[in-house]
Amino acid sequence: MTKLQKDELETIAERRRAKRTDWITVGMGSCGLAAGADAVFRALQDGARERGLELDIRKTGCVGACHAEPLVEVDVQGAPRTLYGHVKPEWVDLILDSHVTLKRVVQRLAVPEIAEQRRTCNDHPQPEANRQFKIVTRNCGLVDPEDLEDYIAFGGYQALRRCLFELSPEEVVEEVESSGLRGRGGAGFSTGLKWRLTREAAGREKFIVCNGDEGDPGAYMDRSVLEGDPFSVIEGMTIAAYAIGANEGYLYIRAEYPLAVARIEAAIRSAKLAGLLGRNILGTDFSLNLEVRLGAGAFVCGEETALIASIEGKRGTPRPRPPYPSVSGLWGGPTCINNVETLANIPPILSNGAQWFRSIGTERSPGTKVFALTGKVRRPGLVEIPMGTPLRVVVEEIGGGALPGRTIKAVQTGGPSGGVIPAALLDTPVTYEDLAELGSMMGSGGMIVMDDEDSIVDITRFYLGFCVEESCGKCAPCRIGGRQMLTILERLAEGRGRPEDLDQLRQISKTMKAASLCGLGKSAPNPVLSTLRFFPEEYQRAISASRSNA
Amino acid sequence: MPAQEKDLAADVALAARKWQKKRGALIMVLHEIQGRLGYVPREIALELSKQMNVPLARIYEVLTFYNFFELEPPAKYVISGCMGTACYLKGTPQILQEFGRLLGIEVGQTTPDGKFSLTTVRCVGCCGQAPVILVNGEVKSKVSPKDVPHILAECTD
Ligand SMILES: Cc1cc2nc3c(=O)[nH]c(=O)nc-3n(C[C@H](O)[C@H](O)[C@H](O)COP(=O)(O)O)c2cc1C
Ligand code: FES
Repeated sequence: MTKLQKDELETIAERRRAKRTDWITVGMGSCGLAAGADAVFRALQDGARERGLELDIRKTGCVGACHAEPLVEVDVQGAPRTLYGHVKPEWVDLILDSHVTLKRVVQRLAVPEIAEQRRTCNDHPQPEANRQFKIVTRNCGLVDPEDLEDYIAFGGYQALRRCLFELSPEEVVEEVESSGLRGRGGAGFSTGLKWRLTREAAGREKFIVCNGDEGDPGAYMDRSVLEGDPFSVIEGMTIAAYAIGANEGYLYIRAEYPLAVARIEAAIRSAKLAGLLGRNILGTDFSLNLEVRLGAGAFVCGEETALIASIEGKRGTPRPRPPYPSVSGLWGGPTCINNVETLANIPPILSNGAQWFRSIGTERSPGTKVFALTGKVRRPGLVEIPMGTPLRVVVEEIGGGALPGRTIKAVQTGGPSGGVIPAALLDTPVTYEDLAELGSMMGSGGMIVMDDEDSIVDITRFYLGFCVEESCGKCAPCRIGGRQMLTILERLAEGRGRPEDLDQLRQISKTMKAASLCGLGKSAPNPVLSTLRFFPEEYQRAISASRSNA
Repeated sequence: MPAQEKDLAADVALAARKWQKKRGALIMVLHEIQGRLGYVPREIALELSKQMNVPLARIYEVLTFYNFFELEPPAKYVISGCMGTACYLKGTPQILQEFGRLLGIEVGQTTPDGKFSLTTVRCVGCCGQAPVILVNGEVKSKVSPKDVPHILAECTD
């Protein structure tokens, strides 16, 4: 591809859209591939070739309905667009003969309830009640993540064009500030303000960093976006770099996500070839160089100061803040660190405006949030909902509720730094404030459903064990306190608790929260405190069990 | 120096040169070496220390901090159970126990013939298909302890 100029984006988009009449997509994210999507894709290609069908068969990222993978969507003229689930290679002949050739949908293989849930901001600017609404995952499962022109056809790079040709960097910062977007990596800090601080910090060399470390074990929102729509993250970073005045940036991605890494690296290469990265982007004098750096299996490296040390090639140990990275980050330069999901929100905000974004979600938590809904629900998967949606809608309507014959006990959000919300409080709306009030947190998007089979004490031990293993050992409260709490929780989980254990847990929690160096140690007690608050009877049982044994 | 080792030295030189001009490249070079060899042998670390002009202690400081890096050659078949929350809840511990029982080893160990090792990983991002295990990096989804003999039987050359 030759280097694009400003007006060529529209031409490419139109040419692409005109070509796209009859198409089939196959969800080929990590989850689709694990479920056998590759064989289905090959069967479709072979089948279409044998039949001489003129079809655009595309690989896409995760559609979100991980429970029904492999997913295949068919849209041909003369028949309604249809999504098929749990597709096996043996079904491909039937789908091609009936749906594509005879225009008759194979109803018994279709999954209309999943298709229902896929409202994207590209097609429908406003959310509806009790439904998913996709801003961040707008293209996931639709766009070919390895094809820049396809991204452009879905409206990609219009936002960057608007920024470079119609807005000053200052105006971009203002637009993001007034959108009210808050960081999706966990803490919920104002993205616009972070950009402003980095922009205004003194320093010759500034950096933009995308945090793709996704440390919460049991969550995969960022992976899905990186795999399914890499260009939207790159466009978001490019806009951020323009706004803060950076010409260099890094994507820090977990080594456990090889497909995400490969797709991002390929996307960087094609954006460079097209003049959308590198020198003189879209013919302007703005330049940006992006590189990938791999994580290496350390949870603490998701913490921003540890992440900086790791990109610099060192051990990933955190350091006290201030100075914040926006003042002194990578190699001492002002550095803006944003989460993958935060960045993927940027292009739609700049295309549709801050007011549009504010009209979705709630006053203090505008926009949407992506969750990886897992655990004991019928339909685990990736969901994106407007902020303020009650947890019950996510778990029961979108997730299909409890497994047959079971009842839901609690929902955990925020991973090892979060807390549980008991089933009785499922009407709580999903916002930063409401979740924090219950002693949990929004977190990065893990949402794990537990049912009557699961032991709350055991899960708490599991989370604490995670934090103890991942503690970098630099500060004593986290290193020693975590170890002590784990010993107590192990005892409790085995039904050998002592009466004084609960008070001790509270005491150590207090110290760890107050005195730990970084967020890992400060938040590690959260699951303990939260479960002590809502499920004291399970802890009591763990103690009385030991009494009756004695 | 035997031929094979000479190749290795050349490989290291290549990786080191590729990253030389970049800042903070040590971790990426180590990734590249592990990607090729499956672990980072001591001789290679020594060679790297010379080529990149980084003290050996600093290389080991990094190697030992990050769980991802291996210092010993991997078994022929590395079986890793996902111990992310979603998989844990859906029964990874029971699956690992079954592997351990059939192989006669515990998590973290390798069979005496070097054929199998049993480890854990933290969430590979396929939580929707929990519980998952990896066999040499390939994801097997919705595994139950009943599948274990079959998975082991597939591990033949
Ligand atoms: C122990 C610890 C782990 C973290 N892990 C992640 C992570 O995996 N991904 C992430 O985006 N942020 C993580 N964070 C938050 C980052 O430090 C930082 O706040 C975030 O990347 C900022 O991006 P945002 O403002 O867009 O949310 C973690 C924080 C702590 C204390
Ligand atoms: S918890 Fe196992 S893949 Fe995420």
